[in-house]
Amino acid sequence: MTKVYSNLMKHITEGKFVFTGELEPVKTTSLHEVIEGAKTLKGHVVAINVTDNPTSFAYMNALIPSYIIQKKVGVEAVYQVTCRDRNRLAITSDLLAAGGVGIKNILALTGDHTTVGDNPQAKNVFDLDSATLVHLIRKMVDEGVDLNENKIDNPPKFHVGIAANPNADPLEPEILKIERKAKLGVDFVQTQCVYNVEVTNRFMKEMSHLDIPVLIGIAPFRSINMMKYFMKFVPGVVVPDEVQQSLIEANEEGGKEGVVQKNIEFFGDFIKELKNTKVAGVHIMAIGFEWIVPKIIEYSGVQQS
Amino acid sequence: MVKAHSELMKRIQSGKFVFTGELEPLKTTDLSEVITEAKLLKGYVEACNVTDNPASNVTVSSLVAAYLIQKEAGIETVYQLRCSDRNRIALTSDLLGAAALGIKNILALTGDHTLLGDMPNAKPVFDLDSALLTGMIRRMVEEGKDLNGLDIKGPRPKFNIGVAANPNSNPIEPEIWKVIRKVENGADFVQTQVCFDIEKTIEFLRMFKIFEVPVLIGIFPMKSYGVAAQFDKFVPGVSVPKDLLTKFKQVKSKAKSKEERRKMYDKINLEFFTPFITELMKSGLSAGCHVMSVHYQEIVPKLFREMGLTKALIPEAVIPETVIPEAIIPVVS
Amino acid sequence: MIIVKRKPINKIFDMIGPADNVLIVGCDGCVGIYQEGGQKQVELMSVILELAKKLKENRDIKIKTATVLRQCDRQIVATSLRPLIDDVDVVLSMACGVGAQTIAEVFEDIIVIPAQDTLFIGMHDRQLKKFYELCSACGECILFETGGVCPITRCAKSLLNGPCGGQSKGKCEVGGWVKDCAWILIHNRLKQKDRLDLFTKFREPRDHRNMESPRELGETFVGEVEAT
Repeated sequence: MTKVYSNLMKHITEGKFVFTGELEPVKTTSLHEVIEGAKTLKGHVVAINVTDNPTSFAYMNALIPSYIIQKKVGVEAVYQVTCRDRNRLAITSDLLAAGGVGIKNILALTGDHTTVGDNPQAKNVFDLDSATLVHLIRKMVDEGVDLNENKIDNPPKFHVGIAANPNADPLEPEILKIERKAKLGVDFVQTQCVYNVEVTNRFMKEMSHLDIPVLIGIAPFRSINMMKYFMKFVPGVVVPDEVQQSLIEANEEGGKEGVVQKNIEFFGDFIKELKNTKVAGVHIMAIGFEWIVPKIIEYSGVQQS
Repeated sequence: MVKAHSELMKRIQSGKFVFTGELEPLKTTDLSEVITEAKLLKGYVEACNVTDNPASNVTVSSLVAAYLIQKEAGIETVYQLRCSDRNRIALTSDLLGAAALGIKNILALTGDHTLLGDMPNAKPVFDLDSALLTGMIRRMVEEGKDLNGLDIKGPRPKFNIGVAANPNSNPIEPEIWKVIRKVENGADFVQTQVCFDIEKTIEFLRMFKIFEVPVLIGIFPMKSYGVAAQFDKFVPGVSVPKDLLTKFKQVKSKAKSKEERRKMYDKINLEFFTPFITELMKSGLSAGCHVMSVHYQEIVPKLFREMGLTKALIPEAVIPETVIPEAIIPVVS
Repeated sequence: MIIVKRKPINKIFDMIGPADNVLIVGCDGCVGIYQEGGQKQVELMSVILELAKKLKENRDIKIKTATVLRQCDRQIVATSLRPLIDDVDVVLSMACGVGAQTIAEVFEDIIVIPAQDTLFIGMHDRQLKKFYELCSACGECILFETGGVCPITRCAKSLLNGPCGGQSKGKCEVGGWVKDCAWILIHNRLKQKDRLDLFTKFREPRDHRNMESPRELGETFVGEVEAT
């Protein structure tokens, strides 16, 4: 680690256990909802990811809400960039603008295929992939040039994060892929949803030689239906049977409130366990019900430093 | 008559001969330069185009630049958007962002091929073209839906849509049909490629008259012989008139100082473009003039003076309300 | 080889329209080998067309047939078809898009009708009776690095540094978890060969100019390549 530009990275390098949140701009011209979501999360998380057209749904450009929550709410953004919709020119343009408006963290993603989204007829771009995107960002930040060595005036300062999936089956190619990106220079990893410490520990063990801070992703379920949808449509997510069972029981006993309470207890306990592992923090994805995040953290008893 | 959402469109509809300017953000994270340049145009032009990776040379996002120009320089923008680099999902994303940031004019372009620019090894996208993009934006504005008919939440985007045309096209007929296709798909106004030949321009405008779409004629005052020669060489289908090019070329040998050189360039431009614009205004066929004096904006006030036009009675541009109350200075640490 | 699929007979029928003299041309190349556009199919097409015109429009049309060695060879097409072309209104090409266009290039005033939709460059598995797309003619072959599996063609996203998160148990989410994830195949092949170093290797962004249409290749160019 050479330099620290963002709060997120500052906390991580100081060895504090960090929380990050997630917001999803939808197909809207209004920024009201993301601002409200960011206000709810402020003070509880150190930074908030802003998704870039998640599962290929055509939503608002993530750069705009990333910028707005930093300016208006005063909470740092992790601006997610995918390679599905933009070629290297457009991605470079957007990254330059991100630098210009003070974005400090980028999560470099390949992006889902267009056919899983709401405009499935669209052309897949994939001019770059997550590794070549990391390479581009590194060149911009470290060398002040774009991919073609054209000089950038006043180059941006970003930290680069990547995604990883501890549930990947098989796991080996996943680790080798992270290694490939790690060699280019990656500052942090945020993972796909994980539900137990065994998966976390196995992943951390495989990752140990890479020495990159890992934020374990967790995703509470708002309802049983959401859990079912999630399992069906989000690739690479494995919800253990006992978690499913306990949520179904909670639903039968206490309805919606029962599910919420069970979530708070389950994920609160899980965070407490994670605190004692080698992970750098937890990335909490609770899109549309951000209010649950403070409750889970409070239950866990783990202080957001 | 199309609904005017922007100040530019309102002014065009009022029958006033309007001027628009052009700004080109650079490959930088520092937007203060382009904002300063925008301020030079304030009061003279109704709106400023903000170019999107012109000639496929990568620059900072035109969306963010357009927004900051509106905010910081207080001048309405025409946000240029190309199909070269983004598929329909990204175009939708950027347009939703533009709506949220209070941008009112879009220039829908197909865009140059990526091979022409400074990242020639990139993948050209071209999922849509300018006609399809125009149709997509029209649908967003009229129906509040995206290309697939899915509802857009929040206030309906309010855009006036411009498209490009090239009066220098040879043959001209396919060009006319292509522009008409775009107009039928929902374009509200047309801005043209650079014109030098007033007769050819007026002939083009005559052919266009029956379609009743406002056309702004592009002109290109040139800062130096180098700029003129470059343009002459690289822009397909348009050539700088020989005698004008010669005059520019002679400046270097004639002028004794930098200052004198600048004055001579100004003089040549004013002598050429003043009668051009005057003729254009007299013809009554054109809605206005699009002045593409990129990085040479100081010529615009001089042109106004030369033509005896007063600094237009343009009130402070009404920048649509956005969620951000405080002024934004680009942050770079 | 080039894989084609015959258009519905009604579509072919519509394209022929009022023409009286039709020349059906097959090809002994790719389409002939896997029996989609060879001599046998040309004869069959001739019978079907004749019957259809008779039944649907109650008129006779004159049909000639020919099958050439390779419809993508300008000189072969010219010499084989010139004696037959004089009184012909339309040519129905049973070959791929290259064959149809070669005929159109040689005989500029003849209307050429494609009988096939050209699909991809692929492998023929005669046992399974299936065709698989294996090459995209990307102009920059990296098969050595990828265990003989082409990620440009066989990965839905054409990734150079896969796999992405859209795979599970070696299957791809695109198309509903049926097709293999090319990058898991690559991993397994390289592991087998003890060459995982090639898997972890970072591959820089592609130069898409290699895929820029329209592409051509001249003799001098081939020479230059060989010389270097």
